[in-house]
Amino acid sequence: MARGARPRVPYGDATLSRAPTFWGVMDTNGSGPDGAHDAEARLIDALAADVDAAFPQVVAEHQDRLYTIALRMLGDPHDAEEATQDALVRAYRALAGYETARILDLQLRAWLTTIVLNGCRSRLGRMARRGSASSSLDDVSESAAPRTHDRYSPESIVHAAAERDAWGQRLLGLPPAQRSAVILRHVDGLSYPEMAIALGRPEGTVKAHVHRGIARLRTILEAEVGPQHEEMTA
Amino acid sequence: MTITDRSIEIALTDLAVAAPPGMRADVLVRAGLADRYGRVPSPIGPLVVAWNGLGVALVSSDPDDASFETLHLAVTGRPALPASGGLPGGLAAAIARRLDGDKRARIDLDLRGHTAFERDVWRKALEIPHGEVRPYGWIAAEIGRPRAVRAVGTALGHNPVPLLVPCHRVVRADGTIGQYSLGGPENKRTILRSEGLDPDALEHLAAAGIRYIGSDTTGVVCLPACRHARRISASHRKAFRSLDDAEAAGYRPCRVCRPASGASVAA
Repeated sequence: MARGARPRVPYGDATLSRAPTFWGVMDTNGSGPDGAHDAEARLIDALAADVDAAFPQVVAEHQDRLYTIALRMLGDPHDAEEATQDALVRAYRALAGYETARILDLQLRAWLTTIVLNGCRSRLGRMARRGSASSSLDDVSESAAPRTHDRYSPESIVHAAAERDAWGQRLLGLPPAQRSAVILRHVDGLSYPEMAIALGRPEGTVKAHVHRGIARLRTILEAEVGPQHEEMTA
Repeated sequence: MTITDRSIEIALTDLAVAAPPGMRADVLVRAGLADRYGRVPSPIGPLVVAWNGLGVALVSSDPDDASFETLHLAVTGRPALPASGGLPGGLAAAIARRLDGDKRARIDLDLRGHTAFERDVWRKALEIPHGEVRPYGWIAAEIGRPRAVRAVGTALGHNPVPLLVPCHRVVRADGTIGQYSLGGPENKRTILRSEGLDPDALEHLAAAGIRYIGSDTTGVVCLPACRHARRISASHRKAFRSLDDAEAAGYRPCRVCRPASGASVAA
């Protein structure tokens, strides 16, 4: 497999592939847990006052993370876009029917996460029944990027994108319960209490899924780099 | 060879991606918090049609985008975004079929923010068949508000989706064509002609005091624009000035156009 030819543990220059506008959006959310918490409290208050007026802000603040979760769960950008849109539209319809008290009680981040994950799970179920669940795993042609590169060269950007693709593929190798737990914890950065709500499982179970998922990713990675092990020490 | 859990976790933090451009607008349109708009052909020239996930919300003949967006915001309270690809294929086809007289063409309408009375009036107007007309008083009687003829006229004037809700098929009781919100009475005539109706002939009948047409073979009396009235051959066609005259002559009212609805108000 092409990605097996790249033995480095890849994250050194990967930040180059991130679009500045993306960070511009995410940073308004506050990068630390407190910032996110404040943003969530403000959004909840705004929703309780007027769902229609506040919902565009919900979309603005959560579309990137929900799309990320869907993409990393499903692997296919088109499916992920549909799943994210469906989740946000469902969320709006639910909010529009909720009493103010119920909105004030919401854990918005966890609740939205539950909705997008439910959609992803039913899509994965449909894909499995159609027998096409693995079709997206085969398309990793970009991963044949050069192994050595200048930090600022076009090659390095291609390489970083290819690395992200490779990690995306490795995640798809996890069973869905471990995949969702790992994504929520390490890609999305949810706290364990939020994850327990989002996944509807006790914190202990959620932690176990994360740990097993990371262990499995290490096994997958070791299997990839094993054949070229001597290059690592050269 | 050292692959640590930490190195894997760091690699995973880099997997966040931005949602595709346009996601926010798509979601808001599907949720009904914003509309898209595009143009479709019609007998009176291009129409601007605004829609969202709930249905078509506004139809106008505004020639330019800016004035349409201003009107749209005033009527719906929502932003209108130009649709780069025009109307979705299914909606464009359904509108073309509806304008062509296919009443099975399903077009969802988003009439939030309008009164129950207005929606009753528009729902009733939707029952008037392609190529036929009914008086304002007929709508008022049919929705159980026989005295609200003027309010019916006002509601039809506020119809946000002209042509789709066929307010052009509602005319004055004296047979004249009446007002039309989408560019005036001449447009109303043009649309009715496109549906195969001759508005001039209807006005001539009305000017001669004829309000009802009966068939001496069936003994049924109709409004002049009813399809059953229009297929009566000249030799069997009987003209009446009032329903009382027709009933005195032994005619019963048509069950399709229900000429008794609004008859007392129209008199």
